[in-house]
Amino acid sequence: MNLAIFLLALFDGVAYAALVFIVALGLTLIFGVMRILNVAHGSLYAIGAYASVSLTGYALSLGFAPVLAFPLMIVSAVLVGILIGAPLEKFLLRRIYDKSEVLQLLMTFAVFMILEDVQRLVWGTRPYFDSSALQVLGNVTVFGVTYTAYQMILLPLIAVALLLGMRFFLRHTVTGKLITATTEDREAAQSIGVDADKVFLFTFVIGAILAGLGGALASPTTSILPGMGADMIVLSFAVVATAGLGQIEGAALTALMIGLGRSFAVYLYPEISVLVPYLIMVLVLLVRPEGLFGTPGARKI
Amino acid sequence: MTTTTEQSKVNARMKNPLFLLWIIGILAIAAVPFAMPSLQLLVSFAMAKGLGVLGVTVLLRAGQVSFGHALYFGISAYAGAFLMASMPGTDFVIVMIAGTLGAVLAGLLVGLFVVRYRGIFFGMLNLAFSMIFWSILEKFYHYTGGADGIRLPRPTVLGNTLDHVQFELVLFYTAMVLMVALGWFTTRWFASPIGQLFQTIKTNETRLEYLGVSPRRALLSGYLLSAALCGVGGVMMGMAQGVVTPEYVWWVRSAEMVFIAVLGGAGSVQGAFLGALIYEFVRTYASVYAGDIWQMILGGFLLIIILFAPGGLIAILNSLFNRGSGKGGTGK
Amino acid sequence: MSDVLLETRNLVIKFGGVTAADNVSLKIHAGHNLAIIGPNGAGKTTFLNICTGWIKPSQGQVLFEGEDITPLPPRKIVQRGVARAFQIPQLFTEHTALENLLIAVSARDHLRNPLMDMHAIPERDEMLHLLDMVGCADAADTVVVELAEGQRKLIDVAVALALKPKLLLLDEPTSGVASSEKHAIMEILIGALKEADVTSVFVEHDMGIVDRYADEVAVWNSGDVQLRGTPAEILEHPDVIRDVIGEGV
Repeated sequence: MNLAIFLLALFDGVAYAALVFIVALGLTLIFGVMRILNVAHGSLYAIGAYASVSLTGYALSLGFAPVLAFPLMIVSAVLVGILIGAPLEKFLLRRIYDKSEVLQLLMTFAVFMILEDVQRLVWGTRPYFDSSALQVLGNVTVFGVTYTAYQMILLPLIAVALLLGMRFFLRHTVTGKLITATTEDREAAQSIGVDADKVFLFTFVIGAILAGLGGALASPTTSILPGMGADMIVLSFAVVATAGLGQIEGAALTALMIGLGRSFAVYLYPEISVLVPYLIMVLVLLVRPEGLFGTPGARKI
Repeated sequence: MTTTTEQSKVNARMKNPLFLLWIIGILAIAAVPFAMPSLQLLVSFAMAKGLGVLGVTVLLRAGQVSFGHALYFGISAYAGAFLMASMPGTDFVIVMIAGTLGAVLAGLLVGLFVVRYRGIFFGMLNLAFSMIFWSILEKFYHYTGGADGIRLPRPTVLGNTLDHVQFELVLFYTAMVLMVALGWFTTRWFASPIGQLFQTIKTNETRLEYLGVSPRRALLSGYLLSAALCGVGGVMMGMAQGVVTPEYVWWVRSAEMVFIAVLGGAGSVQGAFLGALIYEFVRTYASVYAGDIWQMILGGFLLIIILFAPGGLIAILNSLFNRGSGKGGTGK
Repeated sequence: MSDVLLETRNLVIKFGGVTAADNVSLKIHAGHNLAIIGPNGAGKTTFLNICTGWIKPSQGQVLFEGEDITPLPPRKIVQRGVARAFQIPQLFTEHTALENLLIAVSARDHLRNPLMDMHAIPERDEMLHLLDMVGCADAADTVVVELAEGQRKLIDVAVALALKPKLLLLDEPTSGVASSEKHAIMEILIGALKEADVTSVFVEHDMGIVDRYADEVAVWNSGDVQLRGTPAEILEHPDVIRDVIGEGV
């Protein structure tokens, strides 16, 4: 493998890892706080992508500059979080918090199924593609290898910013600490006046926005097709489970491992590229059953 | 009146009006090839799938969900196909045994690993193994036929080569007999000491450990049963369709099995088959008449079940037939 | 001097800066009922956890019938004849009281036949009798999740007894039981244990129970056994009155 291929694989891996991390961050946040594994997260990702492309396409057709694509991505993400995420939590999930984990997960799976068809109804089955955002930022050449600045610089930057921002938010802001408190002991938090309902709603919406953002950010780099939500959700699950449920820093590390693993496999041994996330998950959990950073929950007797 | 759910009492109560319903149901199914032959294939598929769902149901009784049980469905079907390819003209019973053994062996290998985990990890690891197998099936097409899969030609029956109509009939009634026999066996297993120990994993593994029992071993025993049940379903499906593809182990198939188990009534043997039947019907007709939105319909269906009838169809039936008996839907 | 059934040697257990047990060397003789008393947080439950393999000590050994059981998981220790009842009852909450006992018995003997109905095992009557002994006969067919705490504690003890252990460890067996019934229950329990030649160790806060039913008392304080003697000796000891009994008044 020469330097050029190595660098390409590296850049591919990091860009991909950044996207996966953003989505997984939302998923692990929701799981950490609410102990729900949100299957619909994949649909939120896909809808974020579709919405971003549609809005950008509309803006371009009105004659606006392509750089508008960036704020529109954020707009799409927020719309996804508020218009879909909020009602999902408030009207559906909230009703079954007392039920088993399986039922909660199946509810999110049912929503996933519904949203998959919604995507098909609204956007059809043809591929969508809009690379204006890539073009705005242009290319960068490193050691003779040319790559888009968007993927090489912007995506990882956003991922790192979100990681640090989330850490700061959870540890140093009042809202963040309320969320952390509710995660650690819901009853104790409620007994000191924390409105758990609000915390849950807020967390879920943030998580949903992150999923939508991941999709919006992914949209310039790939062709948007039906089923992309399903692919992403299985992948994010693998990341979250490998990292340890609710582990944010862990998710970053695992996303990187899986992103790099997959992209090097694509260049070196394509047959196993699809396998890589699952293999990594199995190998990690073999050695550390609670995930890389998960804390073993010992039953107190 | 204190609500009590002592098992034989529940069984006795259920046996009365509901038991009659099952008898009628089975007789109705038996009549399908003659009364409604156009439904025969659909019902065959439903019964095969139902066995797969039964495998998932067994694990639900221990409070665990597997999101990768399509693995056993598929391994069994491929084992059958490989057997037919290397030894054409094998008897269909041998094919079924081979398929089931393949599933059980895989169940042992995977099971030894996954029984160390619970909850989401258990679910996801099963998923991971099924997707690893899927990738192997897709990529190594020289051996596996890749995405197109491999054919499973009609096996012989007691030394005779049958035409496709006769074979489908044989398959139908075999599936029906297996449905009843394995359903009965599973119900008995749940009530047996080893089955009861298995189910305590749901409520108190600590106590299980303090009874001198290895929770992993207990879970493994049920896991092997579930892999076997899935395997029987898978090889039957393979024979019914005549071709086995990687799609058999695709993760959506696994999720479907969990869906059906909950739809029918999580933990209920009858629910597994009832759910499979209804699911096949809705899926077939919804995709014909409402092609674009059948997933939405099913999703909506599942939502309604979860919100208003979390015990599934069985719980609904129970409450219809056993009004005032207190708890229902535990599917004993 | 009867045989030493359970022995700990130089047990040290530390976690997170706290020393829960410090150089504990203790011998428990067969056929005796040993009461363990001490202030809350003194490490009594932790001691039971170590003896049954739930926690591993930082240093030291636990021996049962002369065999080093320190590295063994709880289930292997249980297989050797140790049973336990817990401070918070550990029961199978979706099963009935009787089923909990039947499962306990089945765990030892009945795993061969997958078609046998657990309710048809030969020990069924014996288990009903056992339930009756702890005063919970009417709860036989009630699912545990519907039972009151007091009944659950008693059934927890019954489950431990169902295993026919050589050594029975009870963590506050009568807490949660109505005080009018405590003595009656203990009377039956100790009687049954003597008859079956079961050695028992019970953690207790009720000194009346300790006085009446213990052959020996060990006083736990700050992770170690400070004192040991007959109930008469211990309950009059000034340190005990100050640190342990004084609390309960």
